[in-house]
Parts: sequence; structure tokens; C-alpha cells
Amino acid sequence: MKLTILILEGPYNHQSSDSAYQFIQAALSKGHEITGIFFYNDGVNNVNKLMDPPQDDRHIANRWSSLGEQGIDIVVCIAAAKRRGIKEEILIPNTRISGLGQLANMIQKSDRFVTFGD
Amino acid sequence: MSDAHKLMLIVRKAPHGRIYVHEAIEVMFIMATFDMDLSIVFLDDGVFALKQGQDTKPLDMKGFSPSMAALADWDVKNVYVDEQSLKDRNISADQLISVGEDDETEETVYPKLVSSETLKQMMHEQDSILSF
Repeated sequence: MKLTILILEGPYNHQSSDSAYQFIQAALSKGHEITGIFFYNDGVNNVNKLMDPPQDDRHIANRWSSLGEQGIDIVVCIAAAKRRGIKEEILIPNTRISGLGQLANMIQKSDRFVTFGD
Repeated sequence: MSDAHKLMLIVRKAPHGRIYVHEAIEVMFIMATFDMDLSIVFLDDGVFALKQGQDTKPLDMKGFSPSMAALADWDVKNVYVDEQSLKDRNISADQLISVGEDDETEETVYPKLVSSETLKQMMHEQDSILSF
């Protein structure tokens, strides 16, 4: 099944980012395809490469980057990103900034659309 | 039109205290430009977003009532509000803002009051649901 994932909350501050990541890992292990991952609201902070959590904790931006490396399209909403100071220069590799139109395309191409938010 | 992807955007949170409703409205306007069968639903505390007479100046926030009043101009005419949510919050239908003007009939478009049962059926018919 083709899945699109929308994440609305920031990293560490809220579990939705972790839940989405674990959901995606489970879906992939069951042979599902991730059409795309879209970050909106404070979710755009997930791909800030400047985050530097304690060594013994998960590195959330790196986790998304490794999913992007596997070929999953990871998109951050430009309008939401601009509000929060997320720019190309601070994006973790294998992610990109684009418009909400990308979300519309992803939704239309997917069998299921799953939102992780508050 | 029957082949168009049926997308429902639901607003469930109260406006102004958090950015969710504001950014949900930005999503509405983008989704409206795609060839989808779009409906907007205000539910739970989300119904407060439709109340007349909101002034965000004292909050030093931009506000979104002017944008909402232009939804129909962007061809978003299927705007619904949950009747029960209004009742629970003592809001009457005549306290709601209009969401623009129908360019064909030139009539003012108001959010349509629907029962929870109807909403349930509508949700069931969607291809995707976007909830804020």
C-alpha cells in the first residue's frame, strides 16, 4: 500500500515525530511504500540539522535524513518553514523545502494518508 | 468530478491561542487550487473560528477572518459546521460569518449546519481526511 505521512509537531517537544518514525519503520518492514513525508506547523523543525541532542538520545533530524537516503521524498512546507527560520542552509541532507502543492500531490497518489499531530 | 479525489479538511481546535487554525486556512487555499472534491468541516472548538466579530488587534496577531470570508471566491463552497459543537458552546447559526459569495448565484455563502450523523457519513465517503 502507498502511504503519505503528515507530521505537524516539533521534535522532542511532542511524540508525534517519534510515532510517525516508528509507524514508517513498521510500514516499510511490512512491505508498504512511503509516497512521501510532509512536515507542516512546528513539524518543520524536525529537519533542522543544527539540532544537537545529548549523545545518549536519538537524533531526530538524522533519522529523517536516513529515511530520505533510502529514497523517500521528504518535504518541508516553505510557508511554515519561513515562519520558523528553517532555510536551505540548515536543512538536514536528503530533505527538501517546497510548497503545500507537494502535499496535495502526495495525497492524491496514495492509498492512505496518515497525520501525526496533537 | 466524480473521479476527483475527495478531501475533507477538518478544523477542531480553537483559533488564535495556537497557530493550527491559521495554518489550516492556508492549507485550504492551496488545496482549493487542485482538482479535488474539497470540503471543509468545523468541529469541536474549531467552530469558534467561524464566530463573527473577532478582533485580533489586541493580541497583535494577523487574524484570518478576512481570508475565511473569501473562501467561496476560491471556489470553496462546501463549508460545514457541526451542529452539536455549536450547541455545546452556545453559538447560534446567526452568529457565524459568511465564507464569501457564490459567483454563479451571487448569494452569500454560509457554513452549512450538519448533524454529527451526517458528518460521520461524509467522512466515510472521503478518500483522505486532513485534520487540524
